[in-house]
Amino acid sequence: MAQMIIDTGNHIAGYACRAARADVIAAYPITPQSPVVEQIADFVEKGEMDAKYIRVESEHSAMAACIGAAAAGARTFTATSAHGLALMHEMLHWASAARLPIVMSVVNRAMGPGWNIWADFSDSLSQRDTGWIQFYCADNQEIFDTIIQSYRLCEDKQVMMPAMVCHEGLILSHTSMPVDIPNQKDVDSFLPPYNPPWILDVNEPVTHGSLIYPEWYMEFRYFMYEAMEKARKLIPKIDKEYGEKFGREYGGHLERYRCEDADLVLLSMGTIGSEAKIAVDRLRNRGLKVGAARVRVFRPFPKEQIQNLAESARMLGVIDRQVSYGMEGPLFTEVKASLYHREDAPLMTGFIAGLGGRDVTFLDIETITDKALKYLKTGRVEKEIEWIGLKR
Amino acid sequence: MDWLEEVKKMVKLKELPKEELLLPGNATCAGCGLSVALRLAYKALGPRTVLVIPACCASVIHSPFPNTSFASPCLNIAFEAAAAAASGVVAAYEKRGVKNVTVLAWAGDGGTADIGIQALSGAVERGTNFIYVCYDNESYMNTGIQRSGSTPYGAWTTTTPTGKRQHKKNVPLIMAAHNMPYVATACISHPLDLISKLRKAKEVEGSKYIQILVPCPPGWRFPTEKTIELGRLAVQTGMWALFEIEHGEFRLNGPSARLVDKSKRKPIEQYLKEQGRFRNMTNDDIEVLQEWVDKSWEHYKRLM
Ligand SMILES: Cc1ncc(C[n+]2csc(CCOP(=O)(O)OP(=O)(O)O)c2C)c(N)n1
Ligand code: SF4
Repeated sequence: MAQMIIDTGNHIAGYACRAARADVIAAYPITPQSPVVEQIADFVEKGEMDAKYIRVESEHSAMAACIGAAAAGARTFTATSAHGLALMHEMLHWASAARLPIVMSVVNRAMGPGWNIWADFSDSLSQRDTGWIQFYCADNQEIFDTIIQSYRLCEDKQVMMPAMVCHEGLILSHTSMPVDIPNQKDVDSFLPPYNPPWILDVNEPVTHGSLIYPEWYMEFRYFMYEAMEKARKLIPKIDKEYGEKFGREYGGHLERYRCEDADLVLLSMGTIGSEAKIAVDRLRNRGLKVGAARVRVFRPFPKEQIQNLAESARMLGVIDRQVSYGMEGPLFTEVKASLYHREDAPLMTGFIAGLGGRDVTFLDIETITDKALKYLKTGRVEKEIEWIGLKR
Repeated sequence: MDWLEEVKKMVKLKELPKEELLLPGNATCAGCGLSVALRLAYKALGPRTVLVIPACCASVIHSPFPNTSFASPCLNIAFEAAAAAASGVVAAYEKRGVKNVTVLAWAGDGGTADIGIQALSGAVERGTNFIYVCYDNESYMNTGIQRSGSTPYGAWTTTTPTGKRQHKKNVPLIMAAHNMPYVATACISHPLDLISKLRKAKEVEGSKYIQILVPCPPGWRFPTEKTIELGRLAVQTGMWALFEIEHGEFRLNGPSARLVDKSKRKPIEQYLKEQGRFRNMTNDDIEVLQEWVDKSWEHYKRLM
């Protein structure tokens, strides 16, 4: 039976892992991810989940074990945060290049030093080029739904790439919300068992991950590139199909809110995207034509969807919960790159906000809006990158 | 009964399966000890073996894509990750009900004693049902003969151009401290011993660790026809001891069982002088190393 429960983002990730019937889980605890692995351990030990749970001695080993298990035909799951994700870095490349559809819950946390256990995207965005599909969630229901959707996507024979499903530490990880946990039968019919096209099988011996010379290496990287393009096409389809079955969909790559007639669209990811909706409603009451768009998928990056937004918007304000030192916010870079070739590209301005878990409230977003609208009025962006709420 | 007799009863070299699982035409150097070890281990374990191989010579010798010289499945994995990846393979097979498959992690001494020791320790502490073999060529050969924690005192490597100043790490004893069911050492010069240890490991449930000394002509600087001879000398001088630790029970095997008495061991010079890597050792250096060898044997004696 489907049931409505009230629980934290982390526990909900555990529920999704169970609903997806993961065969092997290998994970290592880190704040604020720990309750994900605790929840799974609880399910496994109580016999509510038929899975092998490997309590590895590091995140590097967690990913290596997932790679071994996935290569041997198991559906795998892991979860981590910040330093754990950074420690996995080498194996993230390995997982994607080995074309293993591992799904990982990333509980976004800032990188030290100084030690900071609160949210920003510096952990997962640093992994941009590892070949992982990246989803960003804005509430606990979306965490559940996206994990289930991710397995469908990743295990599609045209894709066979891993995905990280990110949610912000403490903001979602430790906040309880009502979540609909669908009927297992319905999940099963949406997500068939893992049936990999290549596997470590003594009856069909194959060497995986051989030494490869320049003569062939590039072709395999092109296959990965192609797989990501296939994923790009499948993401909205799978989201739609999920919506038809379970009554919830998220706009594929990009969730839009009151964007149709908006002069200014505020772009962000994760929970800042939810907060932006509140700001938009208030700003609309003030008669300002503002909308919000939340980027759900950072890789493959929704460049066409951003281009569609730019058809009507005259200005884009991009809020980044991460900074690329020596440049700007990574989301801002990608948005600009998506519109580079357009002569009629809207004005664009970037904001850095909410690093290391600093609150980004609708009031901050209204401040951002006021600045952006001023630029729109004069037709000139005075300050391309601005840090919000900085004490000086 | 003499242990060697026991082994001989188990297998004669002639009785080994004719089928080669390490296929010919692979990319090992002439006289490579590692290839001898792998060929024998493969014969001992048979085709229902899944190899997990980190970065090392073994990840090169199976030949580049699209060829392979392994007749059973192999998962290549990152340098420090063999034991962890093997844990994943084992868990997947357990979950999927795949039976009668031996998961064999096959790593160099660098991937074992240095960068991979954490993953190995973790996998063994968890009781992962697999065999971990460290083929010990006593340095990082893949990257051009750099020192490892397993390089002996005095040896030249490209990162110890005047000779290593530290002694070899005793990984088998570190592994024994994990209370694992089976730990053993072997050498390619003693194939029956090597094979019987792998066969035994295959039968034991839980984690098994075997370290095989594999002389390496380019790395140790000796002529390619002397590989087996050097293995034998390593054993005869006591530079390498053949032993096994079964459920905590230590015993010296084969020729090593007769070498506890120092007078029975050949002086280490006989081993050292055959290899270019020890060429620059002074008499004092040799004394330091000899003393360390003797001390190791005192330690083994206490374990018996
Ligand atoms: C993380 C990482 N660091 C360094 C390397 C480079 N590397 C590849 S193999 C190797 C040495 C392997 O030595 P060993 O394990 O003793 O095996 P051998 O080459 O002697 O067979 C090194 C340093 C690597 N692949 N990965
Ligand atoms: S370098 Fe040594 S261990 Fe490596 S393949 Fe050559 S002989 Fe074998």
